[in-house]
Amino acid sequence: MGVGTGALGTGLLEREGEAAPAPANVSGPGAVPITLNINGKPMKLTVEPRVTLLDALRNHLDLTGAKRVCDRGACGACTVILNGKTVYSCDVLAIDAQGKDIQTIEGLGANNPVSAAFFNHDAQQCGYCTPGFVMACKGFLDHHPNPTMEDVKHGLGGNLCRCGTYMGVRQAVLEASKNMKGAKNG
Amino acid sequence: MANTPDYSWPPMESRKVMGKPFKRLDGPLKSTGRAKYTSDLNLKGMLFAVYLTSPYAHARITSIDTSAAEKTPGVKSVYVISPAGTEIQWFGREVAAVAATSEEIARDAVRKIKVDYEVMPHLVKEADLSKAGSKGKAAGEKIVGDPDKAIQEAEVVSEGTYGIPMADHVCLEPHGCVIQWQGDQVQAWPSTQFVTGWAGSIAPNLKVPAANVKVKMDYIGGGFGSKFSPGAWAEVGAILSQKAGGAPVKIYLDRATEMAIAGHRPSDYGKIKIAGKKDGTITTFQADSWGSGGFPGGPQPPLPYCYANIPNQRINFVSIVTNQAGSQAWRAPNNQQASYLTCSAFEDFAAKANLDPLDVFLKNADYAPARPGPDHYRWQLQKAAELAEWKKLWKPRDQKSGTVRRGLGLGINLWQGGGHSCTARTTIHPDGSVLLEMATQDLGTGTRTVMVQVAAETLGLQIGQIKLVIGDNSLPPGGASGGSTTVGGVSSATRKSTMNALAKLFEVAAPSLGAQPDELEAVDGHIRVKGSPNKSMTWVAACKKIPPGEGKISETGANDQRNPMGLNSAGAGGAQIADVTVDMETGLVKINRFVAVQDCGLVVNPRLAESQIYGAIIMGISTALYEERIFDEQTGRMLNQDMEFYKLAGIKDIGDIVVHVDIRPENDKRGVIGLGEPPAVGICAAVGNAVANAIGVRVPNIPMSPMNVLNALEGRNA
Repeated sequence: MGVGTGALGTGLLEREGEAAPAPANVSGPGAVPITLNINGKPMKLTVEPRVTLLDALRNHLDLTGAKRVCDRGACGACTVILNGKTVYSCDVLAIDAQGKDIQTIEGLGANNPVSAAFFNHDAQQCGYCTPGFVMACKGFLDHHPNPTMEDVKHGLGGNLCRCGTYMGVRQAVLEASKNMKGAKNG
Repeated sequence: MANTPDYSWPPMESRKVMGKPFKRLDGPLKSTGRAKYTSDLNLKGMLFAVYLTSPYAHARITSIDTSAAEKTPGVKSVYVISPAGTEIQWFGREVAAVAATSEEIARDAVRKIKVDYEVMPHLVKEADLSKAGSKGKAAGEKIVGDPDKAIQEAEVVSEGTYGIPMADHVCLEPHGCVIQWQGDQVQAWPSTQFVTGWAGSIAPNLKVPAANVKVKMDYIGGGFGSKFSPGAWAEVGAILSQKAGGAPVKIYLDRATEMAIAGHRPSDYGKIKIAGKKDGTITTFQADSWGSGGFPGGPQPPLPYCYANIPNQRINFVSIVTNQAGSQAWRAPNNQQASYLTCSAFEDFAAKANLDPLDVFLKNADYAPARPGPDHYRWQLQKAAELAEWKKLWKPRDQKSGTVRRGLGLGINLWQGGGHSCTARTTIHPDGSVLLEMATQDLGTGTRTVMVQVAAETLGLQIGQIKLVIGDNSLPPGGASGGSTTVGGVSSATRKSTMNALAKLFEVAAPSLGAQPDELEAVDGHIRVKGSPNKSMTWVAACKKIPPGEGKISETGANDQRNPMGLNSAGAGGAQIADVTVDMETGLVKINRFVAVQDCGLVVNPRLAESQIYGAIIMGISTALYEERIFDEQTGRMLNQDMEFYKLAGIKDIGDIVVHVDIRPENDKRGVIGLGEPPAVGICAAVGNAVANAIGVRVPNIPMSPMNVLNALEGRNA
């Protein structure tokens, strides 16, 4: 049995598809076909209008980097970047994310400077909050490329960790800010 | 056949891999979101399970009708957990569960289940002992020495009331599993701290042979003591799977249910009296304490904590049964509570005697147990004081003024976690590759990394040359990851299995080097003759000597908890100091700095050891400042069963943390000692004492929230 190898719960998935149509004024209550533009690729799926972007990613598209922890916009484990803005994907309906540019941790790639900085500073223990933290860090640094430590403490205040990795996260964000600039200049 | 190898650790100064700060091996997968937790699994045909839970803390179910739920399209199975006649004993108790093709459908179906309850009286608050009535059960009184006489003769007597409420584990990955039950075969992907024991725990309930229960888990999103057993959800998930024709079922608690029933730390409250001399010598400790872990009652905390050999004692405890779900073990069970009650009373005794509490903790250190010993605590207290600038920054309570006041406070810890019993298997292949296996789990503590470090050290290889497989119950047995027993267990078992395999390799390589097997050593990727470095062959060349008929060398090695052979031991201690400021108008407590001096015997990986201590302190600061399960007396419901109103500390709330891992040679000689628990113990005590030192009065109850601080300042009872 393939564990975590891209099988689906419900809904339809075609990884190739057209750009999203303009959302209709009224959707549902049954499942509706939608297209989400995720990490630069249009993805078609069919979801009920009440399905959050988080559940669409996790249950319909097998993009499980974003985690469902509080499911009420308090912890940041489900953080993604929507049209350049850091959001909690549990607070966004999938149908409302149509036509927007959605970046998830899967789009960062295996060797991105933010994840590398988290690894270098051991900013992870169980790791369940880590993808959300990495995306929040990326979103923060995209808008604040030269943060001070005080900026970091405020800018990453929307994510919670239970293992207590904050000391590593603080250092990781500062290192990532240097690495990202290096990547741009280089 | 070679003699039994000498398993002892290589000398501290000659270690090349152990003791070095390698980055955690699973870091890249975790930090890129590619680590697959069992809650991430999407299996073909998988169903989603949702619970219906009780809105009442105490009630009898008079009728339950699931017919509308069963008829809902997409629903594949419905299971009634609490049929008519069941007496519900806590809010959030599971009543029924539904499995459907989507979570949304399962939630809709659950809402269609009709339940009638006969509501009964409940008790959901235990802070006030006088309201417990018949729900309180007294443990027998324990007397040491002659406390009455000692109190009468004392020069200083102090008295105080202290309390630490129930707190939730809040594992970010909730409790649950994916489970599939077909015929007499069960396949499970749990979120567990005990991969090896999982099958044996659930098999009798399902009436299948434990041998038929396959368990696999790569990652776990937090446990902290609450995820040892499969939990009731595993059995319910299995039944839903079987009723649905054997489809896999994903059953994970939603956050509200998780907060209400999946585990919490028991409370403890106490009136403590301390008597002693003007010079700070404590002669008597008297405690009347009470607490609850919910419906099963509360465990008695070990009072007096750590300084257990005070000559005169009177100890009483009342366990209170409340209408709340049962507690779970939490990272040093009963120790935070006992440390808070004891260290708070010490601080108040020092204040009453006009003494520096550091001197009182030092003066009475002889009351600490032999392991790790009074000298150990004296050294650690002095070291912590030095790092916290105690002599410069600490001022008596009555020398503070202004709106924002600074205070320093102390807490101590002790934990006796030896290495658990477990078995590793090391396999050496003719091509030189090495496989290390155990049915253990890595909670984020670095288990993977330390196992590979030990194997690499033993074989004279680099960590990249060792392949590790854990998290599968078909492998040699691991222990439960709890009580800080894992690192001692897995490092010792790995040492043994790897040395056993190496001894076999020496046997096949020895003839080519013209030496006896016991004359060989493995160093820097070579097998060579001891004392004759020229007589050497590469690791790969040595592995090629494995006879083709044997195929490979595969040896096991076990740690026996009762006979650790000097490889691991127990009894880690530490001293901690909190430095806080308190706003006298708002009651807001801010952590400036937190200093932790901690020993953990032989340190396999100082980077990961530090991370463990940082984590323990941050979790402790969170409980000290914010955390409390709040129940409504009228309705019996939990009011903050979410992460908005059940507060956890964030990245800006923890101040600066200074960790000193006590890596002295005399500690190294004690072998490996785990440190999940010990540094997690003293934080509430240190923070509470710092607040008392800052504001001049005792805030009795954790958390040090604005409400509790202002109540204390204004002389109100909470």
